Amino acid sequence: MTLDTTQKQSWWSRIAHPGQFVIWTRPLLWPLTILTALVFVVGLYFAFFNSPADYQMGDTVRIMYVHVPNAWLSQFVYGVMAVSALGTLVWRHPLADVSMKAAAPLGALFTALALFTGSLWGRPTWGTFWEWDGRMTSTLVLLFIYLGIVALWRAFDDQLRAARVIAVFTLIGAVNIPIIKFSVDWWSTLHQPASVFRADGPRMPGSILTPLFIMFFAFTFLFITLQLKAMHTEVKRRRVMTLQRRAAQGEPA
Amino acid sequence: MTAFRAMLGRELRLALRGGGDMLTLVLFFVIVGAIVPFAVGPDRDLLARIAPGIVWIAAFLAMLLGLDRLFRPDHEDGSLILLRQADLSLSAVVAAKLIVHWLVSALPLLLASPLLAMLLAMELETFWRVLLSLAVGTPALAAFGAVGAAVTVSIRRGGLIAPILIAPLSIPVLIFGTGSITATQSSAALLFLAALSLMAVALAPFAAALAISSGED
Repeated sequence: MTLDTTQKQSWWSRIAHPGQFVIWTRPLLWPLTILTALVFVVGLYFAFFNSPADYQMGDTVRIMYVHVPNAWLSQFVYGVMAVSALGTLVWRHPLADVSMKAAAPLGALFTALALFTGSLWGRPTWGTFWEWDGRMTSTLVLLFIYLGIVALWRAFDDQLRAARVIAVFTLIGAVNIPIIKFSVDWWSTLHQPASVFRADGPRMPGSILTPLFIMFFAFTFLFITLQLKAMHTEVKRRRVMTLQRRAAQGEPA
Repeated sequence: MTAFRAMLGRELRLALRGGGDMLTLVLFFVIVGAIVPFAVGPDRDLLARIAPGIVWIAAFLAMLLGLDRLFRPDHEDGSLILLRQADLSLSAVVAAKLIVHWLVSALPLLLASPLLAMLLAMELETFWRVLLSLAVGTPALAAFGAVGAAVTVSIRRGGLIAPILIAPLSIPVLIFGTGSITATQSSAALLFLAALSLMAVALAPFAAALAISSGED
């Protein structure tokens, strides 16, 4: 983290310098947190009190308002990780490393929540917690990939070196995930007759779409808030590590 | 080209003279396959039905076992650093290693598979299809394995993490591998498997070389 700060010319390198990034994003953190909480309150109010129960599924349809945003985030976070991985490999930018590292556990969490809420929803509606359906299977594989990346981050001692290696793996995963998705769909259509899972479902009325959209924004804001906080923590952790290393070498910290 | 051939020769000599690694892998492959009847019971009909899957799982595990010697010995004795500075590009070095890895860890499994087929009460016709699917699919497993080994080569406990990384990526290979044996559209699955293998083998040397060079400096 010995960045040369004298040559920062463009606005982009100025705001993307890790120290600067922490400084200009820190004031955003509280407003974002409050905004997230507010959107959650509104969304949950709509989800619980201002949307109809499904005529078949009853109140369990409300699980959707938590389930679908998590499922969307499970893929969106991988996108964030893949873009950060490009930043790491192409520009060797330390902020990209930090963003990649911060996103991995969050992605694993959202994917796990999507699977968890999905199985809670599946029990009353399909009569089973788990079905080897194409979409569920590929989400499970996505969770394994996230956890593998988290394990990889933990295994490396040198975080700068780790970032580049993990960036390579993240991009390989990004290429492979569509292949996995496609192969798993192909596989499950062979084994499971098209019975329970209707991919698009019935056309949704606005009374269901409104809370879904609000919850969707709530969870996305939650991710952005957590991601920013995790990035701040990671920048600070690296600063502490650098200070410790200097102290161990006997230089003035 | 001479350098590439020299690299191939070096890897082959190291693999063949390095003791009984190859035999151990074959033994592991057969033992994994032979353990399953103890777990699920020696019912011939059941065994015959799940035999292709068992053979694929055994091959997958055996190939994971052989991964650690792909780059780790060269990393530990420093020859990987020398290889990076050679005229031959690192991707070509990885390609040579990949070819030899397939020769010493997948080919013996193919040769040993008749034994497993017999133990698992496989029909002769099924056996030929298993053999074909293994021959077409194992290059992809080797390629994914090489990438996983390259990513973890600079980690001390990398041998433990590589399988966790490789297994999710290898799922399509397993799906199309067993699909080409049991499924109704088996020829389509075999073609997909071949496409997957060709793509993985073509891209893996570059990805693995990138991972090695970013982990080493």
